[in-house]
Amino acid sequence: MPILHTVNKSAYERNTLESCVSKALKGSAVLLLEDGVYSAVKGGAKAGIIESAMGDVSFYILGPDVKARGLDEGKLINGVKVVDYNGFVELTVSNDKVASWL
Amino acid sequence: MSSIKKFCYLNRKAPYGTVYAWEALEVVLIGAAFDQDCSVVFTDDGVYQLLKGQDTADLGIKNFSPTYSALGDYDIRKIYVEKESLEERGLSVDDLQHLVWEDEDEDYAEKDSIMVVTKDELAQVLDEQDVVLSF
Repeated sequence: MPILHTVNKSAYERNTLESCVSKALKGSAVLLLEDGVYSAVKGGAKAGIIESAMGDVSFYILGPDVKARGLDEGKLINGVKVVDYNGFVELTVSNDKVASWL
Repeated sequence: MSSIKKFCYLNRKAPYGTVYAWEALEVVLIGAAFDQDCSVVFTDDGVYQLLKGQDTADLGIKNFSPTYSALGDYDIRKIYVEKESLEERGLSVDDLQHLVWEDEDEDYAEKDSIMVVTKDELAQVLDEQDVVLSF
């Protein structure tokens, strides 16, 4: 029963991503959107949350939110897949349910 | 007697996710129009406000980041960015917009507005203020 988890808050401001990832089972997906995209910057102090979970969980990031915030895609952790709005819809369909973390 | 006070605007929120950053910018511009001594501080997630290359076209909302470059025209010369906040987020000053003010005493030479300071230096900046407004 794979779940798509969505996180829309910066890991540098709240522990939402950390809490979400700690409860995400193997085979589930995490989509970073809105202020959640900041958590995927390579070399950041919170990058380890994603890097250490990447073996079990697939990480996605919403491209339009990355672009809006001035983050170059080259600055993102390798292996985090950039998706557009259509990709977001596909993720909601390919997973059994969506858990939106606030 | 001078009625000029030292105002500090403390920015700790990322842009777009909440309205704080945009509201702060409007208040800063109002304060500057009243000829007060303004300092603008960016710390914690507030440093994200100054990232260059922001493009909100796909979101259908206003990209207000070009407005930061108008701060110099309002004679705001002191923009402090916390070094530790940048480093923790995997960023450096090169990722930020280049903001300047024009020095009328030196033939309008453009001078950098952004000063990257440590948290200890920031503590001193806050200590010097008459008013601190937090966003």
